[in-house]
Amino acid sequence: MSTTSGSSRRALQPGPSGWLAAPALAFFLLFAIIPLIGVLFLSFTSWDGLGEIKLDGLSSWTTVLTDPVTGNALLVTAKIMFFSFIVQAPISLLLGVFTAGGQKYRAALAVLYFVPLLLSSAAVAIAYKALLDPNFGLGAGLGIPALSQDWLGNSDLVLFVVVFVIAWQFVPFHTLIYQGGVRQIPTSLYEAAQIDGAGRVQQFFNITLPQLKYTIITSSTLMVVGSLAYFDLVFVLTGGGPGYATRLLPLHMYLTGFKANDMGAASALGVILVVIGLALALVLQRLGGKNRNASQLEGA
Amino acid sequence: MKNRTIRSAAMTVAAAAISLSLAACGSSGPAGTAASADSASMWGLTGGNQPVLQKSVTDWNSAHPDSSIKLDFFANDAYKTKVRTAVGAGQGPTFIYGWGGGVLKSYVDAGQVEDLSGFLKDNPAVKDRYLPAVLKNGVIDGKTYALPNNNVQPVVLYFNKDVFAKVGAEPPKTWDELMALVPKFKDAGIAPFSLGGQSRWPDLMWLEYLVERIGGPEVFANIAANKPDAWSDPAVTEALTKIQQLVDAGGFANGFSSIAADSNADQALMYTGKAAMILQGGWIYQSMKKDAGDFVKNGKLGFTTFPTVSGGKGDPANVVGNPSNFWSVSSKATEGQKKAALEYVKDGMFSDSNIQGLIDSGAVPVVKGIESKLAASPDKDFLSYVYGMAKNAPSFTLSWDQALSPAQGDAMLANLDQIFLKKITPEQFVATMNATIGK
Repeated sequence: MSTTSGSSRRALQPGPSGWLAAPALAFFLLFAIIPLIGVLFLSFTSWDGLGEIKLDGLSSWTTVLTDPVTGNALLVTAKIMFFSFIVQAPISLLLGVFTAGGQKYRAALAVLYFVPLLLSSAAVAIAYKALLDPNFGLGAGLGIPALSQDWLGNSDLVLFVVVFVIAWQFVPFHTLIYQGGVRQIPTSLYEAAQIDGAGRVQQFFNITLPQLKYTIITSSTLMVVGSLAYFDLVFVLTGGGPGYATRLLPLHMYLTGFKANDMGAASALGVILVVIGLALALVLQRLGGKNRNASQLEGA
Repeated sequence: MKNRTIRSAAMTVAAAAISLSLAACGSSGPAGTAASADSASMWGLTGGNQPVLQKSVTDWNSAHPDSSIKLDFFANDAYKTKVRTAVGAGQGPTFIYGWGGGVLKSYVDAGQVEDLSGFLKDNPAVKDRYLPAVLKNGVIDGKTYALPNNNVQPVVLYFNKDVFAKVGAEPPKTWDELMALVPKFKDAGIAPFSLGGQSRWPDLMWLEYLVERIGGPEVFANIAANKPDAWSDPAVTEALTKIQQLVDAGGFANGFSSIAADSNADQALMYTGKAAMILQGGWIYQSMKKDAGDFVKNGKLGFTTFPTVSGGKGDPANVVGNPSNFWSVSSKATEGQKKAALEYVKDGMFSDSNIQGLIDSGAVPVVKGIESKLAASPDKDFLSYVYGMAKNAPSFTLSWDQALSPAQGDAMLANLDQIFLKKITPEQFVATMNATIGK
């Protein structure tokens, strides 16, 4: 595992060379690092996407930082991140533990739960847009007035509708991660606990949950950082509306760049997005503790 | 030794994969039918006019194999983003489809579209075929950069005659009559107006017509000319106030801001009788003809102009909407492509069969002297009405979101959305919009 043993092994036999990482590195450089530098440069210019790119100092940054819409976009992003996490994390943890069981019907259910993940975000959004239509949607179709709310048009409701649809799409993915994590836990731990007389609930809190620590960190990182990238689904479902009620930061960046054609301001927003994303990922990794390479299976 | 061979083979494969994917990134533009490299390319919009344009180009290609045109279609919103990115990257089509206004001006400023004034001078017949009020929307600083290519699309107040008969009401001629109709329909359990609020731009039609009726075309002309504080005109505040009064009175269908116009749910409310009226573009006639054939054929569909406002300065004959769509020719196209494009504009577009195709689809071509053809159509009532409306309008204001710069248009639609939701006051709207002037 450790680097010293790897290098000593390499001295003995010609193992995989560092060059094998070259294609991946080249891709990363080409499609991540170079565009990132480009965006940083563009954030100091004014450009409408058509004419020439003019150096413009900090004006894009002052526009973005003084615009109340940016603050609102940050707030909406934070809200979606928070609610997505507290909705998705418990559901996918419980579903993951449930589907990890060996029974046949659980395997069948796991396959069904997995289906939303196979659909493209755009398809999910279009389907929900049709289902949520107050006059021709699910409520009208089934004759249940409670379902005929102004789901996508009410500024107070729409955020939760978006959180729900996001959860519907992404819970299967996190369930899959937890399912894999639970299956890694040695059964000997549970057998020992049973001998000691621990019940199901006790086993869950004292064995499953601690053993899943790193799975939880992985899944949470993906959930939180991923919520910075919710774009396609919200773009198709609400377009950021009504008003600015669901205008997330990535959506705000897109609309500023490609609808309002202000590439300078959009690039500044892109830089903000990258910084926030990196900071969040770093914090979550730190939460996992310093010795995260230590084995969880000692004594098992 | 063997290991080395395998490794270098792997490197070669990886290198080949990279160069392949790079090549794939380089080829922009939609995948379409194969055509010779130098044939002119054209991007059209899906929707009502798609089959008409398809037929026009197919006919042209079979008659002129040496100056053929490669045609692809895109959905409206996706097209607007895609074409701008493509043109900015020098990968745009030969024919650039547009609406005139602020977007056309940005293409002109960036030197991306050809000046067609010389072409019009050499071919007076092309110029003469158009309705003059429409043609001038492709003119910027005295030069013509875009030529109308399809039908005139004024915003019309449509109504369901059955519903009006049931309630015993007459279509409103004034704003006061309109407001008086609201409780009448509500008591009958019918929404007075349908509105595709989720799509945002249908909201704008209300503001455009109210400002036009209250203050006349000068109010928006000042805004479009980027005059400082042009939004502060009292006509704008009064129009916004009237909109909020109508919202308060329950004038719009329940959940109107969840209703999408791109799925035609807004017009469906009107022709299914759930709503009495809808303010929408002339183009929805084409889709209603397709989706609600019997409703249109049996004469249940009524249409009228937007009501007048007492004390208003605007001429009741003035119209807002889209005068037409336009073709511009890319200045980055090759000489061969430009030549083919202009030949099509001259001889292929608005040929007799093209004009007849537009009329059959329920649209009014923007050319002169088609009264008899319109009168022979099964849709003659609507078509003649729209043709007269466009021909006799003292002023035809282009839809504001197209006339303004993209940055202003985007802010305007988001803020107007909040006016309809009563999240902001007319004064806040005016202040926010004044701040966007010149952007």
